[in-house]
Amino acid sequence: MSNRMRAWLIATPATLLVTIFLVLPVLATFATTFGDPKGPFATYSAFFNSRFRTTVLWRTMEVALVTTFISVAIGFVTAWVVARMPSHLKSLLIIAAVFPLLTGVVVRSFAWLVILGKNGVLNNFLLSIGVIAEPLSMLYTQGSVIVAMVYLFVPLMILTLVGVLEGIPQDLTDAAASLGATPTAAFRQVVLPMAVPGLIVGAVLVFTGSFTSYATPQLLGGEGQMMMGTFLYQRAMVTFDWVGASTIAAVMVVVTLATVLTMSRVARKLNPMAG
Amino acid sequence: MKNRIHPVLIVITVLTFLFLLGPLVVIIGSALSDTSYLTFPPQGLTLHWFSNIFEVSAFTRTMGTSFMLAIGGTTISMLIGIPAAYALARYRIELPAFLGNVFVLPILIPEIVLGFSLMKSLASGFGLPIFIALLIGHALIVLPYTVRVVGASLNSFDFSIEEAAVSLGCTRIKAFFVVVIPNIRAGIIAGFILAFITSLNDVSISIFLTGPGVSTLPIQLLAHMEQFFDPTIASVSVLLMGVTVAVMAVVERTLGLTFLTK
Repeated sequence: MSNRMRAWLIATPATLLVTIFLVLPVLATFATTFGDPKGPFATYSAFFNSRFRTTVLWRTMEVALVTTFISVAIGFVTAWVVARMPSHLKSLLIIAAVFPLLTGVVVRSFAWLVILGKNGVLNNFLLSIGVIAEPLSMLYTQGSVIVAMVYLFVPLMILTLVGVLEGIPQDLTDAAASLGATPTAAFRQVVLPMAVPGLIVGAVLVFTGSFTSYATPQLLGGEGQMMMGTFLYQRAMVTFDWVGASTIAAVMVVVTLATVLTMSRVARKLNPMAG
Repeated sequence: MKNRIHPVLIVITVLTFLFLLGPLVVIIGSALSDTSYLTFPPQGLTLHWFSNIFEVSAFTRTMGTSFMLAIGGTTISMLIGIPAAYALARYRIELPAFLGNVFVLPILIPEIVLGFSLMKSLASGFGLPIFIALLIGHALIVLPYTVRVVGASLNSFDFSIEEAAVSLGCTRIKAFFVVVIPNIRAGIIAGFILAFITSLNDVSISIFLTGPGVSTLPIQLLAHMEQFFDPTIASVSVLLMGVTVAVMAVVERTLGLTFLTK
């Protein structure tokens, strides 16, 4: 048996699983969106001509972008400090970041239900110190969804960036400093360019993760803050409009793939190590 | 020459970790509260809500389903993922470059889209039993983890050891089990655990594939939260956090947790 045949033979079961249960069903979903008697793109023009549907799309984009920016900012600063800690403290902090990451989305979203609720932890605290007289309505707003999403994705950002920032040799910043660069200049001209590819990878993970999320907008956003994931579920399982749901699915796939492909190209271009 | 870290950055870092761990403390606290509603800080301490988990049959039943799914789905993905990872690492020249990307598809395609598509084709189209459809869905979404993590181990494996065994008369199959597998054991354990926890926590695939009589724990929790707001949910959450602690302990002992930053 030739090596080529042997290689294909042992890779076949996994390839078949992905082909039969992912590629074909997803293509079938796409196919149903082009079957409208009014023309192949009728479902898409209906989608983009509907005020309600485009509102959901833009809201989802907005929530995902805001979540990404906040997570990148918090994650970068924290990873920068963690990467410079002595090793025992560093492992402890990494454990503290991994723990929430491995805890389920439902559990982590639920925590914010308890914190932000009408009789929640935050309202009780603010009432007791007298900052507010009436409990605030914080749940089921765009803000509550964003807070919970930042909570979901900051650990991912920290872990991605700690690895990247540790890989930047201290010698380089030392060299920059010895040549007269201020710490700010050394950071901007040496550290940042080397960290950009990692930042982009992390940002893409956060953006696509929040753009396609379901449990968090379901629990913390409710009907009024519907996002693409909850919208897809509602169309498919509540109103049984499978063609409409398939159109939402196709839009989600296009946005996700376009983001991943464009940003990985940008990351490759900006990578100073690749030359 | 060690650079000093600006105090403002330290303050931000401390606040970040309070933000990350505070909500988990709130869950633990409210699970122990001696009240019939969720509240924090707890008023009076009780373990009643933990025993109540086992009184609610919906929780014990879905917990069983979730563990069976996680073990079954992960095992399937390991049985086909380890050979795939081996083929990708060992026969880099013989296989087309895109094949590696095929195994990443389950994380590239939004999970909720995959769940919807599987529901349409498997459960609805072919009338597959719910549990089987769930099992396939879970095996699929954890496959990227097993292929990637086992693949990382294989990339640092020296295949000439395997060749030496074969040239000394060992069959290829035996060489795989006696030489290759023991050398990538850490990767297999880590891959299994990451896959297990991913499956256990999954919502987006399961939400479409659960049906009358068969549900998973996260889906049951979601449904319960929308109707009741008692500390039982918090105690189930604490139980799930306990599973996470156990998982982290195993990863720490096999690979070291710093593995996760690479």
